[in-house]
Amino acid sequence: MPLSTIFDIAGSAMSAQSVRLNTVASNLANADSVATTPDKVYRARNPVFSAMMQGMGRNAESVGVKVEGVTESQAPVTKQFEPGNPLADATGYVYMTNVNPVEEMANMISASRSYQNNVEVMNTSKQLMLSTLKLGQ
Amino acid sequence: MPISLDSALGVHAQALQLRSRRAELLAENLANSDTPGYKARDVDFKQALGAARSNAEALKTTQPGHIQPGAANPAGVARTGFRNPLQPSLDGNTVDVQVEQAAFARNAVDYQASLSFLSGRIRTLLTAIRGE
Repeated sequence: MPLSTIFDIAGSAMSAQSVRLNTVASNLANADSVATTPDKVYRARNPVFSAMMQGMGRNAESVGVKVEGVTESQAPVTKQFEPGNPLADATGYVYMTNVNPVEEMANMISASRSYQNNVEVMNTSKQLMLSTLKLGQ
Repeated sequence: MPISLDSALGVHAQALQLRSRRAELLAENLANSDTPGYKARDVDFKQALGAARSNAEALKTTQPGHIQPGAANPAGVARTGFRNPLQPSLDGNTVDVQVEQAAFARNAVDYQASLSFLSGRIRTLLTAIRGE
């Protein structure tokens, strides 16, 4: 019965969006991280979504969303002159993370809205299924 | 004349199947609203219901060797198409969340309408059976 697969679809989307919220939380928590070298500094992480498909071409059946992986942002990291910082290198510079807090906040709002949308879809389908069960009574 | 449950319930049983299929497609669209490259899909409800009805009504088989037309294309399987995007995103995603939400809400109401038509039919049958 197709209505019950909506639970799988919306559920997969909710788990994908919660991975996105997790990366946002991790990015915001590390928004002020510094490191001695550019390689060691924390870089903003972002999940990559893709549609799960069964079958091919026009008749392909989608069964929801999956997270392909988490990528690290390749945006340049900035260096800052902080000779007093214990993590500063020989010339007195520390490398700042490339997390953009404003971008992350917008990302968080978008993720939570998408999550809420899927909760609504699930609720509506549940109502429809319950009234289908009561059919003829 | 024997009572056929199919004809007593009319078009509403098929409509219900199509509505639930459409709800599934719209839920997929909403689930993939942030997936790069995802193309929103939908069914043409009028055309799909027409196809389901003509499947059910036309092509009566008179010999046991005749191929059943309904077997190859059951009523629940509707042809899906891609939605014409109003404003596609740069990442190739064509889901417009507001449009999909509105379509999902309307589809849910239509589903409930089909349900109440069906329960009306069932109540009619029950009244006839009990002879009240």
